[in-house]
Order: sequence, then structure tokens, then C-alpha cells
Amino acid sequence: MANECLTSLRSGNVSVLDTPAPLTALEKCLLNEYQRGFPLSSAPYADIARQLDVNETEVINTLGSLQDRGYISRVGPVFAPQQAGSSTLAAMAVPVKQLETIAAFVSRFDEVNHNYEREHDFNLWFVVTAPDQARVEQVLDEIESGTGIAVLNLPLERAFYIDLGFPLWC
Amino acid sequence: MVLSATDRELIAVIQDGLPLVAHPYAAIGAQLGLSEAAVIKRLEMLQSAGLIKRMGVVVKHRALGYRANAMVVWDIPDAEVERIGALLADEVCVTLCYQRPRRLPAWPYNLFCMIHGRERDSVLRRLEQIVSCHGLEKIPHTVLFSGRGFKQRGARYVETGNISGHLQRLHG
Repeated sequence: MANECLTSLRSGNVSVLDTPAPLTALEKCLLNEYQRGFPLSSAPYADIARQLDVNETEVINTLGSLQDRGYISRVGPVFAPQQAGSSTLAAMAVPVKQLETIAAFVSRFDEVNHNYEREHDFNLWFVVTAPDQARVEQVLDEIESGTGIAVLNLPLERAFYIDLGFPLWC
Repeated sequence: MVLSATDRELIAVIQDGLPLVAHPYAAIGAQLGLSEAAVIKRLEMLQSAGLIKRMGVVVKHRALGYRANAMVVWDIPDAEVERIGALLADEVCVTLCYQRPRRLPAWPYNLFCMIHGRERDSVLRRLEQIVSCHGLEKIPHTVLFSGRGFKQRGARYVETGNISGHLQRLHG
């Protein structure tokens, strides 16, 4: 099954894939076309190479280079979110002057894997993931008592979206 | 689905990505004492069971220059959450769409979706299109753009060396 991405990019139709980061045509196609449906076959990189009409080594080296430059985290599986009870999204309304200090306090917990600022009264958002719900709640309690700031606990109730990746033209 | 010990070992090995070698599934199998065919078959099963959402290139949006990341939160009447959640989830550029509990009075929003884009204007334009296209003008919503990232580490499904208990509790 041929993938037209590379031929259309090389023929000058670059507008839809005009990316902020400097990328080659092959890189753009690998990033845009292979966020899902990666071949479950003996030689997946060779299969991709055949679809794009390049060679296997180019595909492997290009993916390695994208990884080295920090544009992809890996090639592989994306797991469904863990069941409610073992992870949650939490938010705090932190006085702006204390944000960095409190964020650092929150980040020190191993169970916190994402910790972000957002522009809102609730300005600190983080994800807590633990083996069981009791530990998740314990972490939230420790954060609350350690900072004196209330924590909103917003566990997933229902996912409407199966993450199929992210087109480069957004 | 009930995961076998083999599944858990396989997940522990592949959660950091496939090796960039000609036969990655054979390489993974060699680590686990499984054939290439067995690895592929287990992965197909994990995917059809929904535990693996997708297999492919995992893009780092921020590094690529997609810096405007808006969490849009909506206060949707309970009876309509399902319909509107499904509509939003169908939109291109919406990357996540989750229902979460309200925490009144501080937090009235029960649906969260993520819209990615290069800059704020394009994200806000996309949101306007979504609102008008689906007639959502009367649904209260607000946009929370992301600021600094303080910590980011991919959620690990299983910790190496502690594979057994974790997934059993999750899925056993």
C-alpha cells in the first residue's frame, strides 16, 4: 500500500505540512502518517520504507534522529489511560508568587508524572498515578496539608476519545 | 481482559518504545524468551482489547513547535454530556475528551477537551468553529492555556521489577 505523503511533498505541495520546526519531507511524513497503524509485522520499518518509496535504513535513521532531537519520545505503543482509582487529574489555585515553590513541592512526589501551569485561578494542574486509589488520595492529602491549599480531585469518569494522534496541520 | 505474566513482562519491555532495528519484535521476543510471532500476536491482542490505544510515532508537540495547548472545559447538562462529548471527540485537533466530576462551587465544569495548535489565535479560531458548528453557544465553557511545564514524565504502565501487583489491581 503506497503512501502518497512523500511524493506529494516532493512535488511541491508543502502547504498543509508546513511545520514550525525545520523538518525534511521524510520526517514530516513519518511524523504525520505513522502516529497510528504502525505495522505489526516482521520488518515494520522496511514496510514503511516500501510505502514511502525510500529504503529501510533511511526510515530507521530518520526515526532515530527525530528521537535524538527530542521531536518524538518513542516509536511504540500508547496505552489507554489507567482505570479511575489509580490515577487522577488534580488542580490547585496557588498564589502567583508561590507558584514555583509549590510546583516544586508537588513535583517531588514520584506519583506526580505531569505538573503544569495553566492560565486560570486554578493555575497548577498535575496528574497523580499510583498503584491504588488509597495511595492517590494519600498523595493529594499530603499535598494539601503540606501546602495549606485545597486540591481539586478530578478523576476520569468517561473517555470519549480514543487518541489517534495529532495531525501536523492543527 | 486478564493479563498474563507474559503480557506484563511484554508491556514492561515495550513501554519505552520499540528498538530501531530491522526486526524489533524479534528483538523484544529474544529478551523475553518469546518468538517474534508470539510477540506480534500478544500486541495484536492488547490492541484489540483496547489496552494499547495505538502503535506508532509518539510526537512531542511542544518540541515540534505546537506550543499553544488549550484545555477547554465545559459545563454541560448531565443529560447532554454523552452527545456533546462524542461530537467534540470527533473534531480534528481535539486530542482528548474526558468527562470528570464537578466540584461545586469552585469548579462547575464536567467535560474536558484538549485542543492543540501552533499559537493561541489558531486554537481560539478552531474553538469558535467548533462552538458555532455544533450550536454550543449556550454551553458555558472556558479556555485554560498551558504555561510552564514543571514536570513531564510519561506515565509508566508498570515499573520494571514491580510488574506483578500493579496491573493485577488495575485489570485483574
